[in-house]
Amino acid sequence: MIPSTFDYVRVNSVDAAVAALRAGGEDAKVITGGQSLLPLLRMRLAAPSILVDCSDIDEMQGVTDNGDSVTIGAATTHWAVMHNDLVKAHVPLLAKATATVADPQIRHRGTFGGALAHGDSAGDLPSVVLALDASMVIAGPDGRRTVSAKDFFVDYFTTAVGADEVLVSITIPKLGAGWGTHYEKFNRTAQGWAIVGVAAAVKVEGGKIVDARIGLTNCAPVPVRASSVEAALTGTSASAAEIDAACASAAAGTHATTDLGADKEYREHLMRVLTSRAVAVAAGV
Amino acid sequence: MPEVRITVDGDLVTDEVEARLLLVHFLRSNANKLGTVVGCDTSSCGACTVLLNGRSVKSCSILAVQADGNSVTTIQGLAGEEWHPVQEAFKECHGLQCGYCTPGMVMSTVDLLSENPNPTEEEIRDGLHGNLCRCTGYHNIVKSVQHAAELMKGGSK
Repeated sequence: MIPSTFDYVRVNSVDAAVAALRAGGEDAKVITGGQSLLPLLRMRLAAPSILVDCSDIDEMQGVTDNGDSVTIGAATTHWAVMHNDLVKAHVPLLAKATATVADPQIRHRGTFGGALAHGDSAGDLPSVVLALDASMVIAGPDGRRTVSAKDFFVDYFTTAVGADEVLVSITIPKLGAGWGTHYEKFNRTAQGWAIVGVAAAVKVEGGKIVDARIGLTNCAPVPVRASSVEAALTGTSASAAEIDAACASAAAGTHATTDLGADKEYREHLMRVLTSRAVAVAAGV
Repeated sequence: MPEVRITVDGDLVTDEVEARLLLVHFLRSNANKLGTVVGCDTSSCGACTVLLNGRSVKSCSILAVQADGNSVTTIQGLAGEEWHPVQEAFKECHGLQCGYCTPGMVMSTVDLLSENPNPTEEEIRDGLHGNLCRCTGYHNIVKSVQHAAELMKGGSK
């Protein structure tokens, strides 16, 4: 399968990327690792006029420590993210979820920001950044703006990043002491997308869950927080039975679809089961 | 058309290419590396796996222009005077039947063992997650990787 023709330019600054996108018009497209984009190009589901390669922009690479948060360049590869000491120490949920993305070859090339900007509802990382209250810096012709994760994901394959904009970096608050995390994912075959995934972070003090954040993968057109579970968990004892009871409402507020992988009812069942499992592991139960 | 300069198995290959040319087609058509094969052409099977700057990648999922200025190792660049230990191990343990997935399996194994010289069986299966084999059921492939790890520890070859 051969992509249709397009132009290509590799840029070395965010300003140059924005200028190239603007000059390229509405069919210009950012590429970093291209691990989501190349399959679309080959199947001709996407036919951009020009690809603006942002993988060599220094500012979009690597992880920096801000004290109470870490900032990850959007073009940092999955492999670099999951092996980064700052990420492992302060955002372990992201390291764990990233280790489940696709396969080693794709993790070597694919990028954190690319996976977010692609906006695939079955992608693992959107629910993680939603659960962790991350914020994204987006650069465009009018300068830069910061968008919270809850406003970043708009619809299937649609994010807050405009046609002439670039996702530059993602800032994730550190959770601090007492928090445990886990990413639980269910799929039927090697390389399969998550039928349902659950990103869980819970804070346990004196045997009780005092705070909880749950993000759900592939349960709606965009990642969603299991807000009713978060509320139900807060104040419960960190025991298997109480966690299981609190997770009974995991499907509330979701909009699961029926497809070849699973029907709606089965997905909602998985939401309850996987949320309970994820929380139990995160809470050390 | 953009000109690319890609070091392939130690030799610099320079050519004008269309931006849409996939790296796997560059390797086969422009660099004459026919050992790297096109399998599924959908990013799934990993038969086209090569090392890009030392790390395994699927060459059907990279544009040649993205690899400009970088270094690629194909299955044809592994052996020196003798076969690479991973090649030797796949032969010794018969880690193949039809052999079509083998170039990719070998390259992924080289990457896996460079990162984890002593993988458990589970780590081997997880490390080869991006490579599909429709013949063997993977048992002899796992044995090959285990044997390669032994060979690369030095001594027993």
